[in-house]
This record gives sequence, structure tokens and C-alpha cells, in this order.
Amino acid sequence: MNAIIFSAVLGVLLMFSGIFFSKKSTITVIAVVSLLILFIVNIAENYGLFAITVDTKNLLSFSRFGLFFNSILIAATLIFVLLSGKEIENTSVNTAEYYALIMFVLCGISILTAFNGLLMLFLGIEIMSIPLYILTGADKRNLKSNEAALKYFLMGSFSTGIMLMGIALVYGATGSFDLVSVMNKPGSAGVEIPSFLKSAGYILLFAAMCFKVSAAPFHFWTPDVYDGAPSVFTSFMATIVKAAGFFAFIHLFESNAALLGPSWKILVSFVTVATLLAGNITAVFQQSIKRMLAYSSIAQAGFMLLALFSNNDLAREGIILYAVAYCMATIGFFAVLIKVKDYTFEGFNGLAKKEPLLAFSATIFLLSLAGIPLTAGFFAKYYMLASVIKSGGALWLVITAVLFAAVSVYYYFKVIQAMYFKEGNPEVNAGSAMYRTLLVLLAAAIVLVGALPSIVLNWFYF
Amino acid sequence: MPIQYYIYFCLTLFSIGIIGVLTRRNAIIVFMCIELMLNAVNLLLVAFSKMHHGAALAANPASTAGIDGQLFVFFIMVVAAAEVSVGLAIIVMMYRNTHSVDINFLNRLKN
Repeated sequence: MNAIIFSAVLGVLLMFSGIFFSKKSTITVIAVVSLLILFIVNIAENYGLFAITVDTKNLLSFSRFGLFFNSILIAATLIFVLLSGKEIENTSVNTAEYYALIMFVLCGISILTAFNGLLMLFLGIEIMSIPLYILTGADKRNLKSNEAALKYFLMGSFSTGIMLMGIALVYGATGSFDLVSVMNKPGSAGVEIPSFLKSAGYILLFAAMCFKVSAAPFHFWTPDVYDGAPSVFTSFMATIVKAAGFFAFIHLFESNAALLGPSWKILVSFVTVATLLAGNITAVFQQSIKRMLAYSSIAQAGFMLLALFSNNDLAREGIILYAVAYCMATIGFFAVLIKVKDYTFEGFNGLAKKEPLLAFSATIFLLSLAGIPLTAGFFAKYYMLASVIKSGGALWLVITAVLFAAVSVYYYFKVIQAMYFKEGNPEVNAGSAMYRTLLVLLAAAIVLVGALPSIVLNWFYF
Repeated sequence: MPIQYYIYFCLTLFSIGIIGVLTRRNAIIVFMCIELMLNAVNLLLVAFSKMHHGAALAANPASTAGIDGQLFVFFIMVVAAAEVSVGLAIIVMMYRNTHSVDINFLNRLKN
């Protein structure tokens, strides 16, 4: 409950800080302090040191797993603001509002990591999405940003409608919004209801969640929205928000997967393979690195879907590692990308000569995204695949995933090749000393987690 | 009235909304069709709530089971209102830049 209350209150405070402080860098400092407070109170709740308890009538339940996942996402936001604060200031005049909206997104995420019923699932997703529509359109004069915002908004509310229909049908069949009892209850006594309601409802819910995490075949909005949004906010959307969406997706179906029958596994494996295929193959043909990253985020979503398929303890550890590895690498790489003027592959030609430090950190981020050993991305992918093997039977799915991971190496290494082995003079803004230090620290953290993944997982079991 | 009537009516309303979203080209009309979808869900939730509540009342006259569907409807209304305020602002922002609300215009990001 701490994180929900504090993120909402701090969000409002941040919004008003725009009136009192005219200097943009002051507002960034306030945002960093607010995120630190949020991180500390969330950790404190997980350790039972300081917790505000509110009787939520069983609408929310705070598990250790959920709180830990929430801490990871808040920490990722903190790293994101520290690295890209300058760009948020430069997006437009309304710096304080953007930080406030980011806080409101975190409020939605805190609800999503604790929901115990379909009502809170719906509210969490909406509180998370609505500020994002605004952030996507933050660059008001830019037509591409406008287009991305309108597209995201129309598609987002359309999928919300689908999700609500799913919830309504499930409610009709069972008479309850509770997560666990929803599947077990046969429905109220003495009521005649058509038998298709429950399965139809769950299929609609599944489709809407697939949309939110941009899994194929509901991924068509992703490249356009990620490409059109200001790069800083793309970085936020593609990492933190997507990871939260995955947590909600897994939490929604984890307790009910056994009751959904064998067709459930077929459905999830179909979506996983389709997502891996659509993401990886299309990413190969992109000219713009930003658009390539949008497709690569679809491909990474395919890997995270494996946790939904296997649904065991190893999958839960895996999704934590994946969230850490993917958030760190993508936030880091976007922080480098923003500094480069030209987003095409040619724009990166010869970056290693001009800015060796930026190029070196970018290389580590890309290696982690590709899943090369000794980086965090390797163990993230390893845990996912191991969990699928442990759940039994689906060796073909593991082989497919490994093949597509091999395809992904091609387009990640294309960037490394451009940076190190091609001649060119890229226009690049070197950034402040703090930015460069943080970038190196982030790269070091990725290597550290890659060497010892247990330092993240031990936190989970402490 | 049997519950089937409500279900089929709401599904029809919902489908009209979906068809509108998929075929209309004016951003505001697309938006109205989305609202139609949400309202179909509202109606369905109220109907289901009444059905479950009626069944629970027959067993126990003091029962409050089944009223949470109607609570959900209020949350949907609030969220829909928040969505309208953001959505119309986005449409206005686009209209200022392009002097059109036609979503066929949205093809700059394709290439």
C-alpha cells in the first residue's frame, strides 16, 4: 500500500513544484528525491519495517513477489530519470508535469503488482495507460508525436473495451471478480446462463492483455507508437511499463492456468512463437535503430511470454531476472541513442572513434539484449528456457526460441559493427560527466548480474 | 426477461461499436464507437449484477452478493470520463497541426 499512496501524493506534489520552481534542473532533482522516497518506502514495506495498512476488502493483496517486482521497476525508473533527466527537460516546457505523469504511471504499476481481482486489474491498467497517452504526445508541434499519441490512444481504449467485455462475461459466468474464486466457482445457484460465457470472457481478456504487452498478433501499434513518441518516453514505455504489463499478465493467469485445460498451452505457445517470429524477422529489415528497438522489444516480449507458458517457480525467478536485464539494457541503450542525432544505422558509423566510452557501454547493452554469456541478458534467457524444460514436454518451443535468439544477434551486432568497423563522423552530444559515470556503472551492473545472477535473486528470497 | 436477451443485445451493441472503430475514418466517430463499446459492457454488467443478486436474494433475503457488478460500472464511467478528457485533448492537438481529424492522415510513421 505504501507505494500506491506515496506515488499518488508525490505525483501531485511534483505537479505543483512546477509553479514554485522555474528552474528545470531543480524539478529533476525533486523528481529524483521523490523516486528515492518511493523506492525506500516500498522496500520498507517488503521488509515489514514501515507499512501503511488499509483494509482493501481483499481487492489488493501484497505478496513478497509483487512488492519485490515493484521495487525493481521503481529502481529502473530512478535510473531512467538519472540518465535521461536532461532530455525530459528538453522535451517541452512542462517538465514538472512529465515527472508527475511518470509518478502516476508508477501508481498504476504499484496497483498492477498487487491486484487480487479483475476490478483492480482494470484500474491499474488504466491508471498506467492514460498518463502514457499524454507522454506519447508530449512533443506537441511534432506531427509524428501527434500521430503516435492518437494511434496509441485509440488502440489502447479499444483494447480496454475488449478487456472490459471479457471481464463482464467472466463475471456473468461466475458472479465474482476475485482472481482465485473466479475459475473455481460454477456460478450462482438457480441461474441459467449460456455455457460459452466463461471461455469467451477469458479469450477476450487474454487478447486484451496480449495487446497491452504487444504480443503478436496484437503488436501492430507498437512500432508506430514507439517510433513516433519522444525517445525518452519510448525508453520508459518499452521497459518499465512493458515489464509491469507482463507481471499483471502472469499474475492474472498463474493461479488458473491448470483449470484452463490443455488448449491454454496451445494458445500461449502459438502466441509466443508468433511474437518471436514477428519481432525478430521484421527487426532485421529496419533502417532506423529506434524502429529496430521497437521490433526488438516485441521479440523480447516473446521470450517473456515463455514464463506465462511454463508457469512455475523457475519462471517467476526468470521474469524477475528478465525485467532487470531488459530494463537496464534498454534504458541504457536508449540513453546512448538519444545523444546521437541520426537514428539510422549510418548515424552510428564510427562512434567508437569519436566517443569510445559511449560506444563501449552501448556494446555491453546490446550484448545483454542479444543474450551473450557474461551479461545479464544471458541468464534471463537461460532461466526462461530452463523453466519451459522443467514444465515438461515443450522442447520444440525451446528450440524455436533459441533459433530466434540467434536471429536477434544479427540486428544487434549490426549496430556494434557500425560503431566499431565503419568509418564516419557521427553527430553526437557527449553528455555530462555524471551521465557518463552512470552509463559505465549501468554497464558494470549488467556484467555483474551476468556473472552472478544470484545477487538479484537472493533479494527475492532474502 | 431472460438473461439471454440482455447478453445478445449487449453483444450486438458491442459489435456495432467494434465495426464502427474498424470502418469509420473520423477520429471523433471512432472515439464515439469506443464509448459505445464501454456502454455495452456497462449494461451487461448491470444485467448480470441484477441476475446474481436476484438469485442470492431468493436464498437469503439479507444477502448483498452480486452488487459488485454495479460498483464496477461506476469505475468504468469514471475511467471513461478520464479517457475522454485525454482523448479529446489529443484530437484537438492533432487538429491544430493538420486541420483535419481524418485518421487516414495517420500514415507518416509507416515509412
